[in-house]
Order: sequence, then C-alpha cells, then structure tokens
Amino acid sequence: MQRIGVFVCWCGTNIAGTVDVAAVSEALKSEPGVVFSTNYQYMCSQAGQDIIKDAVKEHNLTGIVVCSCSPRMHEATFRKTAAAAGLNPYMVEIANIREQCSWVHKDMLTGTEKAIILGKAAVAKVNLNTPLTPGESPVTKRALVIGGGIAGIQTALDIADAGFPVDIVEKNPTIGGKMAQLDKTFPTLDCAACILTPKMVDVAQHENIRIFSYSEVEEIGGFVGNFDVKIKKKARFVKEDICTGCGACVEKCPMKKIPNEFNLGMDNRRAVYIPFAQAVPKVATIDPSACNMLKSGKCGICSKVCTAGAIDYKQKDELIEEKYGAIVVATGFNPISMDKFDEFAYNQSRDVITSLEFERLTNAAGPTQGKLLRPSDLEHPHTIVFVQCVGSRCDACAEKGKEYCSKICCMYTAKHAMLVRDKYPDTEVYVFYIDVRTPGKNFDEFYRRAVEEYGVRYIKGMVGKITPEGDKLKVQASDLLADKQLHIDADLVVLAAAIEPDKTARPLATMLTASMDTNDFFTEAHPKLRPVESPTAGVFLSGTCQGPKDIPETVSQASAAAAKVIGLLVKDKLTGNPCIASPNELMCNGCSSCERVCPYGAITYIDKEFPQPDRTVAVRRVAQVNPAVCQGCGACTVACMSGAMDLRGFMSSQIIAEVDAICK
Amino acid sequence: MHKDNEKMKSEIIRRSGVNPSKCMRCGKCSGTCPAYDEMEYHPHQFVYMVESGDIEPLLSSESLYKCLSCFACVDRCPRGVEPAKLVEAVRLSVIRQQGANHLTANDIPEMLDPDLPQQAIVSAFRKYTK
Amino acid sequence: MQVNEYRPLIVAFCCNWCSYAGADLAGNNRLNYPADVKIIRVPCSCRVNPMFILRAFQRGADGVIICGCHPGDCHYTSGNYYTRRRMALLFSMLDYLGIERERTRLEWVSAAEGAKFAATMNDFAETVAALGENKRLEDLRCKK
Repeated sequence: MQRIGVFVCWCGTNIAGTVDVAAVSEALKSEPGVVFSTNYQYMCSQAGQDIIKDAVKEHNLTGIVVCSCSPRMHEATFRKTAAAAGLNPYMVEIANIREQCSWVHKDMLTGTEKAIILGKAAVAKVNLNTPLTPGESPVTKRALVIGGGIAGIQTALDIADAGFPVDIVEKNPTIGGKMAQLDKTFPTLDCAACILTPKMVDVAQHENIRIFSYSEVEEIGGFVGNFDVKIKKKARFVKEDICTGCGACVEKCPMKKIPNEFNLGMDNRRAVYIPFAQAVPKVATIDPSACNMLKSGKCGICSKVCTAGAIDYKQKDELIEEKYGAIVVATGFNPISMDKFDEFAYNQSRDVITSLEFERLTNAAGPTQGKLLRPSDLEHPHTIVFVQCVGSRCDACAEKGKEYCSKICCMYTAKHAMLVRDKYPDTEVYVFYIDVRTPGKNFDEFYRRAVEEYGVRYIKGMVGKITPEGDKLKVQASDLLADKQLHIDADLVVLAAAIEPDKTARPLATMLTASMDTNDFFTEAHPKLRPVESPTAGVFLSGTCQGPKDIPETVSQASAAAAKVIGLLVKDKLTGNPCIASPNELMCNGCSSCERVCPYGAITYIDKEFPQPDRTVAVRRVAQVNPAVCQGCGACTVACMSGAMDLRGFMSSQIIAEVDAICK
Repeated sequence: MHKDNEKMKSEIIRRSGVNPSKCMRCGKCSGTCPAYDEMEYHPHQFVYMVESGDIEPLLSSESLYKCLSCFACVDRCPRGVEPAKLVEAVRLSVIRQQGANHLTANDIPEMLDPDLPQQAIVSAFRKYTK
Repeated sequence: MQVNEYRPLIVAFCCNWCSYAGADLAGNNRLNYPADVKIIRVPCSCRVNPMFILRAFQRGADGVIICGCHPGDCHYTSGNYYTRRRMALLFSMLDYLGIERERTRLEWVSAAEGAKFAATMNDFAETVAALGENKRLEDLRCKK
C-alpha cells in the first residue's frame, strides 16, 4: 500500500477563487492510501516545495499528488522536489485543478466538486504508480552520412570539424552529386565546380572523414547511438590505395562507346573511367558490364599500361561492418523520366533536352566544351524554347508527373535563358511559364534582370505540342495574355523536368524504419520545429531527400543536421524516457501485432527460453521493446491482443483506476 | 455569382464530371488544341468561364461545334481537368433542346470531303445532333 | 450533494501534446465549459484502449470524448490514424449495443485551439445532457 501525500495549491486566488481548497484537501484525506493532506498558497514556491519535502520525510510518503496547475507547467518542478526528498520522481502525479477546473468554471460548488474528483483520480493513479528509472545507453561517437552530394559533403565536414569521425557512403565512383554536374549557380552565377570542388578536396583530406565511394548501405540494425551498419563496397577492379588517377588506362581502353552517365549520355566514356577531372577519390573504375577482360577474359590492356599496378580484375565486393551513433540521410534527387510526356517529343528528337542536360551542354567540362551546340547536328541553335513545370504541379490522379512544385526550376531556367542571351545575343530565347516563383534572396531581381537586361521573352502559357520537322522543332503553345496560339520553329527545346527523390531512398527508409511521404520524400519529425530530424531517433535529414531545395537551402539544412548530430554525439550516454512500453513476457503470444503498429521500429521479437513447472524449458517467441527507441506513444498497448503490452507511467490499470475514480 | 449562372454551372459540372476549380491556368489545353484558330472561345477560356459561371456566351458560340473532340487537351492537361468534356457538356445542353440540332442528316452530303475519315463523320453525328 | 438539474458525467481522453495543451489554453483564456467534463491525460490518443471507454460506460459515464492531434500532426507521426480506425470500429460496436452514437465522439484539437476545445466540450455536454442518463451499459452489480 502506498503512503500518499496530497498537496493542494491555492495558486493565490487563481485556484482558491473558485475552488474551496481546504474542502479539497479535507475530502482527499479519506481516499485510500492518503496519509497526509494539506493546502498552501503557492505549492511551486520554495516554501511550498519545502512543505512537500518535509512531509515526505515526516510521513514516509511513497507517492505524491499535487493538485495545482497543468502538469505541462510544473510536473518537472514537483518531480525534482520529489527526487530531492529521496523519492522516485515518477511517483508524482498532478491533478490539474487550475487550467482545467478553476479557470473554466465560475461556480465555487461545481468547481470544488470537480477538483475533488480530479484529485481522487490522481490519487487512484498514484496508488498504482511504480518507481521508474530512465534507461541509459552508450553513444558510438561516429556518424554515417549516406550520400556524397553537396548536402552530404557539408554535413560530413561540419561533423568532422567538431571532432567526430564521419563516414560518407556514396553509390557513385565519386562524391560531388548533382552539383558537380551544374555549370553556374543562381543568383550569383559563380561556377558550381569552383565552389564545390574545394569542398570535395577538404572532405578527401579531412582526418576525420572516410569516403566509401562506389558503395551502398546493405543493412542497418540497432538504434540511436548504436547503429550497426553493413556497407557493401562494390568491386571497382582498381586498387583504390594504389591508383594515382593518372588516366593512362582510360586513354588506352579500347571500349570507347559506353554512354557517359556524368554527361547524361550525351557523349561516351571508356569501360575504365574517371567520371570527371576533379573526382574524389580520383581513381579509375572499371565498368564490369562493358569491360572485355571482365566479360570474356580477352583484353587486359589497362593492366599492362598501369605503371602503379593498380588494376585488379579479381577484386570482389567487400562488406564493411561499422558502428555509428547517428545516421544522416542525404540521398538527393533526380529529374523525372520524360518517357511519359510524348507531346514534348523528348524521345523523338535529340534536340529536346532536360535542364540538367542543358547544364552539361553549357559546362566548359561538358560534351561540347561549353559551346552551346545542339546535340543532333552540333549546330548553334538560334531559337531556344524553355518549357517550365514539366511534370511538376500535376494532378494527383494524373499518371505522369508530380503533385508538388519542384521549386528550383523557375530560377535555373532564368539562369539558363540569361546565360544564353549573354553568350549568344543573336539567339531568340522563349520561356513558357505558368507562374514564375522566385522567393529567395536576390531571386526576383535575378529573374527581372533576365527579362529587362537580357531580353529573354517570358510568355505566360504552356507548350502543348512539339513536333520534330526536318531540322526544326515545331513548337505549338498558347500565349494566354495575348490570347493567341503561337507556332515557333525552334532549334532547341529545354524541358524543366520535375525532380523526384533518388530511387535508393525508399529501400533505405525501410532499413532505417524512417517514414516517408507519398512522394518518397523523407518525413521530418516536425514540419516546422524539427525540420532536419526524422521521427526515428538518431536519423537526420539533409538536402533534397526531404523535399525540393536549391543549393543555399540544402547547405543550411546540411549544417543544421550536422549540429543535431554533434549534439547527439557529444553525449556519453543517452538518457531515455522511462514512460515506455514494456511487454509482460509471460502473457505475450508472439503475434507481432505490436511490431506492426510501432512507428519507430522499437519492437522486435526474440525466441526466449522459459523454464516450465516440470523443469523442462520451452522456447517461445516474445516481444522486446528497445528502451532507447521507444517514444512511449502506446499504440502497441492497444494493438496487443493478449494484453501483454503496457505503457509505463500510463498503465492500463492506472487509466482504468482514473476512469473509475471519475465515474464513481 | 448569379443564381441562374450558379444553376447552369452545377448542371454543366454534373453532366461533364469535370471539376474546373482544379485548373491552374497553365494554358496547355489551348497550347495543344488543333482547332484553336477556329474557335472563338479557347479551351482554357471554356474552363475559366464555366468556373466563373459565365456560361451564357458559350451557349451561343460557334466554338461548341468547332471543337474536334480530339481530346488532346484531356490527355495533356497536367491537372486532369478534361476541358473537352466541358465543351461537350455545354454543347449537349444546347442541342438537347427541342429542334436544336446543329446539323441535319441532309446537310451532310454536300459538306463531305473525300479526305474526311469515316470516324469524323460518325463523331459529327454524335456531336451535332440529338 | 443535491442537484436539481440533471448533469451528465463526461470522460474526456486528451493526448498530451495537442488536446491536453488545447484544454490548458482554454483555461488560460478562461473559456468556460461545463464541469461535467473530466479530463484524463494520455500520451497519445492511440493509447486510448477501447476497453477504457467501455469501462467508463460500465461505470456510469454518460458520454466519452477522445481528443487527439489533427491528422498529420501527431507527435508520434501516426498515432491518431490508429485512433481513427479503432474508434470507427468501437463506435459501430457501441451503436450495435444500443448506446447512442452521440454519446461518443472523436475530435481533433490542436494545442492552439483553446476556443475549439471549449466549444467542442460545450456542444458535447449539451448533446449528452439532451440524451439524458445513460442506462445501457451500466453494470447493476457495480451500483451501490
């Protein structure tokens, strides 16, 4: 039996004005378990807290009920008081007789009556309270960043600068991501490579950073502070530590007609390749689907020309196992496929390209060395049509396209149009827009410059149809403001394709038990107040894996995610919330219902041995709750059919006791 | 919106099954329309006028019969608005009235063009008469 | 205590993060609602076991209302979706048992909606009061 002390607060006249506090403390005196009951002007004051502490010692109290303001206000205060008096802090319950009683009821009689009932409910609950201790778990002081684009690079650098080791896993042979493919960046027009490649070098040289390029995350186990991750380092058939990146092998490789992914297939690479000159790590990779030596054992030229002896045709995939305290997802985006947009003739003409292809086409390191030549005949295009919102802002029911605004297209289209007019003033440039969306520092000014200074022709309307005819592209479009249908003979059409999360994001989310929205963007823990954390503890979000973003936004989010990771890694131990689910193993029937409803993946099943009365041992499948992962929502307690799962601090018996006390 | 307009609008919406408020005013329907130059009111205007209840002018417009019912706008609308179905619904509300056939069978032989596909003739019957 | 007028007994389950805070806000703004409403705090509306509601009706409650975060705003991401489904089932069962549908309610109240909380409680109390005493599920053995 508990020895409960009841402390009724007047809160000046806030409570005492509508509730007869003396009557409340008197009435609660006769409740089961109550051995002491009093009231005082300000329970939360030092003097009030001293009354509680003294009473605990004097009456050997094991539980405390404070009838006062909302627990959201002073629960923590009174828990500390209890702890100071040597009591377990979770033996305190608050009856909210201010916000939910005295302040909302005018009548003294009903107010007092309700306060007594609320007090009784709290006493009934404390009678069933048990001391709770928060679990502690150690923190592995190492972070994993999945994705080596600008988001991953920035996050890794920030964490590494704070002194924690970081591993970057990148599926491509080099880090750099989409930003490495860009030409110039809006609104300042500095070249992407000039600002990105120094950061890539920083990553390569940082003592706290390891890069696993050409690698993929294979398996993730564990929980916040203690993730166990298996990383598959794909065989690149070149010894990374020996290769000097001289490129001799690339030069001599006879397989010359492999579409170059880095230039989006607009030119060719060899079977052994280095994606681009500033690649990090700068080592060659052999494409096993194209290499003759790997396919049929006939060739071996690269091995002969490699003076360092780095080529290794027998290299195997390598599995690396490592422990991490935190995981940052930075898987990025891709433009959507244009296959379903027949009206734009993307698959019929090479001169209809996406904006990312246009970036490569104007990039000095691109397939045309930065000269604006159209892909089909390498002629200079004189009329260029840009089409915005291709696949963005589509109806949810439409089979093609995405519902959301891709956010970056308005700005990069303005950039492309401006750059074309700047370099080739003889070119006619049309931009078909629905809305021009330019919220951002110096963004609208940038767009206005494209129109006013560079003479880009912005037309409100949409392109309906593109028909290749001879060496021209017949563009049929509407001009809504002039109320005309336009027919333009274009040489090049650039489609601002919508962006979507990378395809690797979905399986990764499953491994992480991190939630995603219907568009496969990762969900944040709170859309406003916790934008860089996933609801899954220890998993953080960086960059476009969370939603469309431009570079400045990506970098700020990357640094924010790093700050959160650092905040986690500096802790030696994680103190959990003790109000978590706990299964009664003897009652658990191993049905997995709780496992399926848990939003955090905190529940796992194990086979456990149970000694039987006849001294044999029976093995049964029972639920286990990971205290570091469980957040204490209680979804599992209701899903549990056998009633084995309960929530500490909010046990079914406690809530039923409250219900009974109220309904008495 | 005027009460009569409101009534007509809901009738057109009910008959067509189209929700014109989904339109984001991109104009792709008009950009794609092969009969654009023939029409007094263009597909995007149809959608807008139905949305705002301004249907009276549409009823008396030749545009109703200039629409080819090719459904290019329906196919390409990014928002799934289906403008051609609206045109059809407005047209039906005209030709369903007593004696409101736009063509009679007798008119057709002299209008025939040897290049006209059979399908277009059949579709014309469907479109222009009860 | 002798009360002339019949007052219903209403149990309200409020999730800690949205609705309980909304109730606190109603208090802060001194928005009145009947004292018949007694609030029980739960971490999430999905902690509300249908058993608790049956128990309340068994013990003589005249109405039970469950308040949670708005869909999509759940502190635990998806808890209120579970609640929504579970309550749909429970409510249809209560209906089958002959408990008026109006005696139970599921309401989304955010931490900023103090006014909505008070208005909801006023409306609910009025509805339940109009239905009168709930006799159906009361266990006669428990009656003293």
